[in-house]
Amino acid sequence: MAASSSALSNATIDSPAQRRNTRDARADGLFRWIVASAGLFVLLALLGAALSMLWGGREAFSTFGFGFLTSTDWDAVNHKFGALVPIYGTLVTALIAMLIAVPVSFGIALFLTEVAPNWLRGPVAAAIELLAGIPSIIYGMWGLFVFVPVMGEYVTPWLNDHLGKIPGLGALFTGPPLGIGMLTAGIVLAIMVIPFISSVMREVFLTVPMRLKESAYALGSTTTEVVWDIVLPYTRSAVIGGVFLGLGSALGETMAVTFVLGNAHQLTASLLMPGNSIAATIANEFTEADSDIYRSSLIALGFLLFVVTFFVLAGAKWMLRRMARAEGEK
Amino acid sequence: MYQSIQTRLAVAGLAAFIGATSAQAADITGAGATFIYPILSKWSDSYNNKTGNKINYQSIGSGGGIAQIKAGTVTFGSSDKPLTPAELHDAGLAQFPSVIGGVVPVVNVEGVDPGKLKLTGPLLADIFQGKITKWNDPAIAQINGDLKLSDAAITVVHRSDGSGTTFNFVNYLSKVSPEWKSKVGEGTSVQWPVGVGGKGNEGVAAYVKQIKGSIGYVELAYALQNKMAYTSVQNSAGKFVQPSADSFQAAAASADWKNAKDFYLVITNAPGENSWPITATNFILVYKQPKNGAATQSALDFFTWAWAEGGKQAEELDYVPLPKGLVDQIESYWKTEIKL
Repeated sequence: MAASSSALSNATIDSPAQRRNTRDARADGLFRWIVASAGLFVLLALLGAALSMLWGGREAFSTFGFGFLTSTDWDAVNHKFGALVPIYGTLVTALIAMLIAVPVSFGIALFLTEVAPNWLRGPVAAAIELLAGIPSIIYGMWGLFVFVPVMGEYVTPWLNDHLGKIPGLGALFTGPPLGIGMLTAGIVLAIMVIPFISSVMREVFLTVPMRLKESAYALGSTTTEVVWDIVLPYTRSAVIGGVFLGLGSALGETMAVTFVLGNAHQLTASLLMPGNSIAATIANEFTEADSDIYRSSLIALGFLLFVVTFFVLAGAKWMLRRMARAEGEK
Repeated sequence: MYQSIQTRLAVAGLAAFIGATSAQAADITGAGATFIYPILSKWSDSYNNKTGNKINYQSIGSGGGIAQIKAGTVTFGSSDKPLTPAELHDAGLAQFPSVIGGVVPVVNVEGVDPGKLKLTGPLLADIFQGKITKWNDPAIAQINGDLKLSDAAITVVHRSDGSGTTFNFVNYLSKVSPEWKSKVGEGTSVQWPVGVGGKGNEGVAAYVKQIKGSIGYVELAYALQNKMAYTSVQNSAGKFVQPSADSFQAAAASADWKNAKDFYLVITNAPGENSWPITATNFILVYKQPKNGAATQSALDFFTWAWAEGGKQAEELDYVPLPKGLVDQIESYWKTEIKL
C-alpha cells in the first residue's frame, strides 16, 4: 500500500507538465489528422468525380477524339456528337453574366459599406442574402414568364435597330425577336450571381480597418478616392475570389439557363439567338439518352464542364498572383 | 359489357390465378415514359381502392424505362417508342400497347383560332426544316384560302429533351417526307435544323405562347389546357382532320395491328378517312419468363382491369382507350408469349 502510494505521489510530483505535454501532443495529432482528412476528402471527392466522368465519357472521347471539342454536331439519330455548341454557350452566357454582375455588385457592396445611411444598410443587406437563397428554378420561371416577353417585345427590337447596324459588332445583336437566347440567359444569370458576389464583397469591404479610411478622410480624400485607393487595394484578392465564386456558379447553373437559353444545338454569332450550355444539355437529355454513345457523350460533357471550370479558376489564380507581383514591384 | 365471353373467361382465369398465387395486396413497380404518368396514377388510385394492389410508377422517361426493365429492377417498363422484335427477343421481353394519345401541331399566329389553320405532312416537314420561313408562303396560303396570313417569320419550337412525343412527331415527318427521313431521321431526339427547344410539353407550350409566329408540337391535352391554336392536318386519305379523341381512336382502329409482330407498329400516318395522322401509342414491356411471376401477373391483371374499366378516366384526361379488337389481340398474345 505504502509503496504504491509513494510511487503514485512520485509520479504526480514530477509529471503533470509532462503528462500535459503528451496529452496535448496526442490531441494536436488527432486534430491535425481530422482536419487533414477533411481537406483530403475534398480532393478525393473532386478527383473521384472527375475520374468517373472521364471513365463514363471514355467511349465518346475514343470515338470522336479531338473532334468532340470542335464539332458542332449533336445528332442522336446518327450517333454523331460534338461539344463545341454547349461549350461556347456556357462560356458566352457566363461572360455576359460577369460583365453585368461584377460592376453592379461593386456598386451594391460599396453603397452598403461606404455611402448608404446606417438605417438602410441592414435591410438591403438582408434583402441581398434572401435573394441568394432563392432556388434557381424560380429565377428560370421568372425569366421565362416575365423577362422573356420584355426582351422579345422591347429589348431585342431596340438592339436590332441600334446596335445591329454597327458593322462587325452588329452581328452580335441581330436576330428575330424571340426573347429567349444567350443574352437573356446571361442577364438572368447575372441577376442570380449578383447576390453572391455582392454579399462576399460587402463582407470583405467591412474588414477594412476604420483607421485607414479615417486617416484618408482626415487627409482630405473624397469618398471616391477612399474607395479606389484604400478599400479596393486592401481587399482586392478577396474581391476577386468572390467574383470567381460567382463565375463558378454561373458556369454550372442549369435550371434557370435551361428555361431561357432556347436549348438549340446551333452555333450562331448573334447573342439574340438560342444556344445551349453544357449543364442545360445534360439536364435536358440525360433521361432519354437511349444509346451508349449518347449517354457517354453527355457524361463526357460533364467532364468538359470540370475542365472548363478548372481552367477558368486556374486562370483567375494566375492573374491574382501576377497582380500581387506587380504590386510588390511598385 | 362489351367483353366477349373468352375475355371474361380469361379475366376470371387470371383473377383466380392471382388469388391462388398471392392472397395479399401486391406492389407492382413500373418505370418509363412520362406520357402515361397522369392516366397511370389515376388508374392506380382507382385500382388500389378496388383491389388493394398498388402501382408504383416512376415517370423517368422512355429511355430510363427500357434501361430499368432490362436491368430487372421493375416489373414493367414503359416506352413511347416500340422496341423491335429482335431487340425484344434478345432481352427476353414481351411488348404490348397500353393507351393511345396524339401529338398536335400548335401555332401562335395572329388571327388564327384553334383548328382553323390547315397543314399537310410535307408542309410540316418543310417548316421544321426551315425551308418555309414565312406564314404567308404560297404553299401555306394555297390550302388556307379563307385565312389571311401575315408575312410574320416562322419560329420553330421543338423539344429540348428526348421524348416520345418527339419520336412520334418525327416518325410521322419521316413517313411523309423522304427529305426529312434522309436529312434528319427519327428518334426520341434529333438534330433539329432550326428552332428553339423547350423542356417538356409544358416548355414547348410556354415558348409557343410567348413567341409570335411560332409553331410547335405538344400532346393534345397540353394544347387544350393551354387553349392553344392547334391545327388540322391532312391524313393519308387526303382529308383534313381535327385532333380529337375520335380521330385518335379512328387511327388506332385502322392501324394494321394484326400483322405487327410484338405490336411493333408506330401508328402515325395511319390509313382511314377519319384518322389523325400523328397518333401515338405507349408501350409496356414485361419479361416473357419473369423471375417474379406473381408480380408480372398482377401487372397484367392491372392492365386488364384498366382497359375494361378505365376507359372513361382515360377520356377525361384526353387519352384514348385501346380499341376492343386490340385488347383481345393483346390478351391472346399474353397467353402465347408470357410464361408465368
